[in-house]
Amino acid sequence: MIDILDLTADVLVAGGGPAGAWAALKAAQAGADVILVDKGYLGTSGATASAGTGVWYVEPETEAREAAMASRENLNGHLSDRRWMARVLDQTYANINELATAGRYPFPILDDGSELRRGVQGPEYMRRMRAWLKRAGVRILDHSPVLELLTDPAGAVAGVAGHRRQLDQPYRVRAGAVVLATGGCAFLSRALGCDVNTGDGALFAAEVGAAFSGMEFSNAYAIAPEFSTVTKTAYYNYATFYREDGTVLEGAGSQRGRSVIARALLTGRVFARLDLAGETVRAAMRLGQPNFFLPFDRMRIDPFTDRFPITLLLEGTVRGTGGVRVADEDCSTGVAGLYVAGDAATRELICGGFTGGGSHNSAWAMSSGTWAGTAAARHARALGPAAKRRRLIATGQAGLRPTGAQLGTHHDVVRAVQAETHPYEKNYLRHGDVLAEALATLDELWTYTSAHTRGPDPVGGRQAAAMVAHARWMYTAALARTESRGMHKRLDYPDTDPTRRHRLLVGGLDELWTKADPVRPHTPLDLAVAS
Amino acid sequence: MIELVSKDRCVTCDRCVEACPTNVFDRGADGIPVIARQSDCQTCFMCEAYCPTDALFVAPTVTPLPTGDPLRNEDHLVATGLLGSYRTGLGWGHGRTPGSRLAVGPDLTPHKESSHQAASNGRSCSPCRLISGR
Repeated sequence: MIDILDLTADVLVAGGGPAGAWAALKAAQAGADVILVDKGYLGTSGATASAGTGVWYVEPETEAREAAMASRENLNGHLSDRRWMARVLDQTYANINELATAGRYPFPILDDGSELRRGVQGPEYMRRMRAWLKRAGVRILDHSPVLELLTDPAGAVAGVAGHRRQLDQPYRVRAGAVVLATGGCAFLSRALGCDVNTGDGALFAAEVGAAFSGMEFSNAYAIAPEFSTVTKTAYYNYATFYREDGTVLEGAGSQRGRSVIARALLTGRVFARLDLAGETVRAAMRLGQPNFFLPFDRMRIDPFTDRFPITLLLEGTVRGTGGVRVADEDCSTGVAGLYVAGDAATRELICGGFTGGGSHNSAWAMSSGTWAGTAAARHARALGPAAKRRRLIATGQAGLRPTGAQLGTHHDVVRAVQAETHPYEKNYLRHGDVLAEALATLDELWTYTSAHTRGPDPVGGRQAAAMVAHARWMYTAALARTESRGMHKRLDYPDTDPTRRHRLLVGGLDELWTKADPVRPHTPLDLAVAS
Repeated sequence: MIELVSKDRCVTCDRCVEACPTNVFDRGADGIPVIARQSDCQTCFMCEAYCPTDALFVAPTVTPLPTGDPLRNEDHLVATGLLGSYRTGLGWGHGRTPGSRLAVGPDLTPHKESSHQAASNGRSCSPCRLISGR
């Protein structure tokens, strides 16, 4: 038995994507001693690192900011909050400018000498973040997934326990505060870079009593070539979609017509061709995101002239907006010592029930990371050295400490949860009857997993349990929202119900609950109603 | 999925072992990384990006290729220019311009040229993001 690695820090950040990286950086800048742990490697881990993303970077001009905020409110079902949007726009503007200077990110230089700062390439962005964190004195543990939160006897979060998988060594970090930046959950769908996003942090948070918001907005699917993982739905704005016989699939589109594609995929193959792209656009695509072309170049397909088969890959709450409920402006969770950032947190505050692209998500990651990291540092400082002498209580349950005899493997559980979450006819084209049946299956699976699943490796068991829990929160919320709003579309309730313009909280592990959460009045719609 | 580790090119630096986010590689006894858990490969191409000698090749397919597939053949990959092509695209490596410097992507809404010009004042079309998320 290898000895446990025992460490202490002021702030422990779980997750090495953009949100975790910014949280660690800002906690360190606030004077905290910071450890960041990641399941994979800070630099390649998560949905951003292997892709490219726009950033919701808007000049601080009233008119531009106003337009930026207003542009998404219809799509998102009027569940966003302008005060949060304004804060995120301010924080994102500051962070991106800091990334360009202190972070030394090489943005494109325009003809007038200015830099174009409205997007980042994932690999370059996260490589720079890693270097920056090291300069700031953050200790990074790669390949060290968290397995559970540790609390003090009063229930405040006081650290984490995990596993260094390349060394097969358990570790424990005592900390004054913990930031969860573990990403959303894409149910191991192979959507680009998302296989590390299995919703682990959500399970940890639930085990210490945190709640969720927006979990019904969890049915994001991205377009990818059928044989591939490379999701870049926005580029398919330039596509025409076809049936196998070569006829055009009417109504199909990358934005509004994606459900048409899902429906067609239930009965046959769908093909795409980027035939709306002219020479200039083609060249810009290659520069904008070189990885988009890897599948095509390597399979000798010309996406502009050849029809190629496509599929839709589940992105769950990575691209959906549900996550741990944010209790306050500092991204606290309502559980003492626990903060949340990025896709692990709900993004409804700025995105409502819909995200069309990475732009808002990346802005949210760096903004919420900044607030969570800063607040975690402040919390740890207020606790003082006594924080590191607290008695620690392990909180991990399902997938880690089964209540009965170990049966089967986590692979069985993963297959079972995928069978309820991946299919378009269950999760995308939602209907109450189908959701209820899937939820009943998932409830049984949860009971089984809690009782019997452990390993063979501790990380796999935990991931499987996290996915089952995630799916149950998703479908419980989806059943409770008896209307269509944002990305959540119900075949049995196709219209938006004005009386249901509220957010939906969901929580619990064995017994789940939901509760309406009012949106603070703030939008032009409210003003119109009021006048 | 990861299909090739070139013994000839590998300098046993372990960068891929470290950088793979899903822990696909093990260190081999001779220093050459071993593809130990191919089924965990998420086809994100990041190991290729981090390999300083272009010794790795990730096939774009999500299932393993059959023996004899040309995408598993190093000579074929070199001859077709595919080996190391992602690093070239990213502009990573000595003497290259970082691709991020040039990453001015297309407008994401197909426009008629004239309306785009009108909206853009020669710079960028404000409702559009030049480089986008998915």
